[in-house]
Amino acid sequence: MAAAPAAPEANADADADATPSTWAAAVAAATLMAIDPVGLGGVNLRALAGPVRDRWLELLAGLLPAGTPLRRVPLHINDERLLGGLDLAATLRTGRPVAQRGVLAEADGGVLLMAMAERLPAATSARLVAVLDAGEVLVARDGVSLQHPARLGVVALDEGATVEECVPPGLMDRLAFHLDLADVSWREVADAGFAVDAQAVAAARVGLARVRIDDDLLQALCGAALALGTGSLRASVLALRAAGAAAALDGRDAVNADDAALAARLVLGPRATRLPPGDAAPPESAAEPPPEPDSSDPPEPPSPDAGSDDADADPGVAEGNDNEQSESDAPDPTSHEPLDDVVLAAAKAAIPAGLLALLQGQASAARSAGAGGRAGQLQASRRRGRPAGARRGEPRNGARLNVIETLRAAAPWQRVRRGEITAAGQGDGNSAGRIQVRAEDFHVTRFKQRSETTTIFAIDASGSAALHRLAEAKGAVELLLADCYVRRDRVAVLAFRGKVAEVLLPPTRSLVRAKRSLAGLPGGGGTPLAAGIDAAAQLADAMRRRGDTPVIVFLTDGRANIARDGTPGRVLADAQAIEAARQMRAARFTVLLVDTSQQPQAGAQRLALEMGARYLPLPNADANALSRSVRVLAAGAATQG
Amino acid sequence: MAVPFPFSAIVGQVEMKLAILIAATDPTVGGVLVFGDRGTGKSTAVRALAALLPKMRVVAGCPYGCDPASASPGCEACRALKVDAHGQRIAKTALVPVPVVDLPLGATEDRVVGALDLERALSQGVKAFEPGLLARANRGFLYVDEVNLLEDHLVDLLIDVAASGENVVEREGLSVRHPARFVLVGSGNPEEGELRPQLLDRFGLSLEVKTPEDLPSRIEVVRRRDAFERGPEAFTEAWRKEDERVRKRIVKARALLPSVVVPDATLENAARLCMLLGTDGLRGELTLMRAARALAALDGDEVVTDGHLKQVAAPALRHRLRRSPLDDSGSTVRVDRAVAELFGE
Repeated sequence: MAAAPAAPEANADADADATPSTWAAAVAAATLMAIDPVGLGGVNLRALAGPVRDRWLELLAGLLPAGTPLRRVPLHINDERLLGGLDLAATLRTGRPVAQRGVLAEADGGVLLMAMAERLPAATSARLVAVLDAGEVLVARDGVSLQHPARLGVVALDEGATVEECVPPGLMDRLAFHLDLADVSWREVADAGFAVDAQAVAAARVGLARVRIDDDLLQALCGAALALGTGSLRASVLALRAAGAAAALDGRDAVNADDAALAARLVLGPRATRLPPGDAAPPESAAEPPPEPDSSDPPEPPSPDAGSDDADADPGVAEGNDNEQSESDAPDPTSHEPLDDVVLAAAKAAIPAGLLALLQGQASAARSAGAGGRAGQLQASRRRGRPAGARRGEPRNGARLNVIETLRAAAPWQRVRRGEITAAGQGDGNSAGRIQVRAEDFHVTRFKQRSETTTIFAIDASGSAALHRLAEAKGAVELLLADCYVRRDRVAVLAFRGKVAEVLLPPTRSLVRAKRSLAGLPGGGGTPLAAGIDAAAQLADAMRRRGDTPVIVFLTDGRANIARDGTPGRVLADAQAIEAARQMRAARFTVLLVDTSQQPQAGAQRLALEMGARYLPLPNADANALSRSVRVLAAGAATQG
Repeated sequence: MAVPFPFSAIVGQVEMKLAILIAATDPTVGGVLVFGDRGTGKSTAVRALAALLPKMRVVAGCPYGCDPASASPGCEACRALKVDAHGQRIAKTALVPVPVVDLPLGATEDRVVGALDLERALSQGVKAFEPGLLARANRGFLYVDEVNLLEDHLVDLLIDVAASGENVVEREGLSVRHPARFVLVGSGNPEEGELRPQLLDRFGLSLEVKTPEDLPSRIEVVRRRDAFERGPEAFTEAWRKEDERVRKRIVKARALLPSVVVPDATLENAARLCMLLGTDGLRGELTLMRAARALAALDGDEVVTDGHLKQVAAPALRHRLRRSPLDDSGSTVRVDRAVAELFGE
């Protein structure tokens, strides 16, 4: 029995090195997931395809009960296969409608592997989420209504390379474990001998129902979740279940502090959006390396009596009796500090390094918006888009035959047609049971063909006019979003100042999100114009690969003074800006350059010319004028595309 | 999904629960839109509703669940039935649970509006209408989770039917019209996109739910969820009395509703509030009035007061405000400000 949790614990001792603990956490997550796949929802596995990821999946498969369905779901699965629908072959054969289960129903009791989950369309994610919540698939499609149990766990294979590329948040929220194996090397995985006992897991699965949790531990978990700013209560619920699974694995009926610490580390830590109150470090310079999350000297919790206990540094060996002295005290949760701290410290140790740096107030590196591995998306075609019903017509010129509607049109005439055939004496024995489909029955699916427009605002946030420009750009973004719902357009904002360009608002159509991201933008500093142009081009390219029509709007006075490598100097900066502008023209984007200086600037005009952009001097760049110009431009771009 | 989480066991979310009760008391208030953070129990509350509602009497076998006491049932078969001295249709009747119908994502149009019955067409060659989800939702609730992710052509459909209360099907040589009066309930996360203004307008009340930020209620949520999952039956049983109390409140409120009066002064205040906020058209005013009346009925009051008005002002009006780029504050804040200005606080 002790063999099972040995892996995480043994490695927790070696916390000084981040890698083994990452893998140990991954092993622990796989073990807990195998115990309660449905309750825990699943795992987001951020890693590129490779031996490490395969090893983890192998491990999970080995721990799940024999014969558990493990279904790999391709990215662009359609509703018919995902949810289920009419089984056309059987329908045609039997002459009566036969329903067919989809992947979700087929995987009931098993685990779904979502391939390339970072590219999962919102629609697919929403369907999956509905099933995870309800434990059943509800189908109302194509003449079939079905209700089928679908109790599933999900492993999202997330190959995202950047922060923007991530699994839809609604799905993330329901997956207990967020693992990042990107930095785990194969050598270490191969060397790490873990002895996870499939029998212990099987026993734990049985014992899980008996596990109870004390109120103080429950409070500690909830408190840690709150302190780390994990807004959604699902995080707390999932942490509770993870702790329960850990206790069951150890053959206990009660959750102890170790279990809670493990759950906090695996479930809460990766979800942290802030450091515990009182723990936030003072702002440091961006150049300073982020603190090691797993260093042997972790940031101390705020409470006065915490640091003395070794358990803080090593949650894996937290004293089980820590909670005894504090339990059955006053119900006030603040009186459980020792226990709370164990749990919180464990969670904190698992906050990803990059995130920690972010949380401490510095988004140091410019987030690149371009994404690798999307070359396959170039063939955005006319058959993409949202289906908008079906119409009568023949499947020509690439129009897609809508089989169901065609069948439906043919269905009522079957008797008549069979009668005709028999009367004409053409019928052979075989055709008797077959459906007679004629040309006039054909229906094709209609798609909304208009491609979506993404307007990218690239804002020069440098210098003294920055605040004004930012405020007006923000106003324009909100105006655009407020009235463009019907057109389903999206808006992105990136700003360049100081030495780098940064995506402030990834492409979105959510006004709420835009407001939040754009609140309180910093301004001032140098003008890295070339970097700004590069970043805009990169983002526009990514949008184009998705099949969107990008429109870029620059708000700048066109005066560069920071070169691509961050060195100051007007001459080099200008030359690079012109070079970047030429590259942009080669990509043939629709670009608007709004000159925000008081007098129209020759430099800005030249830049616009080199970019192939329209030039618009707008000294006061007010939000209304800006959004109007963009609308005109976008309309033009959409008809071109 | 066998046993829904009990309505009364939902921690906090007072405004959401109240709005659902108002819609259950007076369906003419219009639908309820619940927008908010993940994991706040949006869908839990809506699904809990089904178990809570008192059963309704229907003409047995009617696919639209027509009311035998209705003077003009929407469906043709029921209209053809003879009427007795008490205005009751002479037919077999049955007591059934109020339908709370899920509109699953990925539903196709034919299942929503109804279509040619494929089974009968294929096997018997008969042209028959098979009612869809809208027919099932008649006199009940139609629930759309992730309403902002609903496909556009379905949104169009809902907008039309939700306004007219009637579903007109013209397809595959069928021509059918049937009643489809339902309370539209939608939920979603605003981060995933805006809602079309026309659809927004169909919802009578709109709510913004937030995850509780205080530790005790967060703990309570997790604790109850855990208890429910361990033994749904036992948990539901433990809350049965509370749920029963809520059900009685709805029944009483429904009975009281016709006799609740709205004084002229209150009407005037409602109108002034809408003017102050610049809400378009009469819908805001009407919804505000109806919601306040339903609330009064729920509270057991026979007269609608400014207090009722104030309580429902935000849910009834916040989604009807024009967006103004100059005013950055959320719509709830604007409604609250207008209420404070009008009633002088």
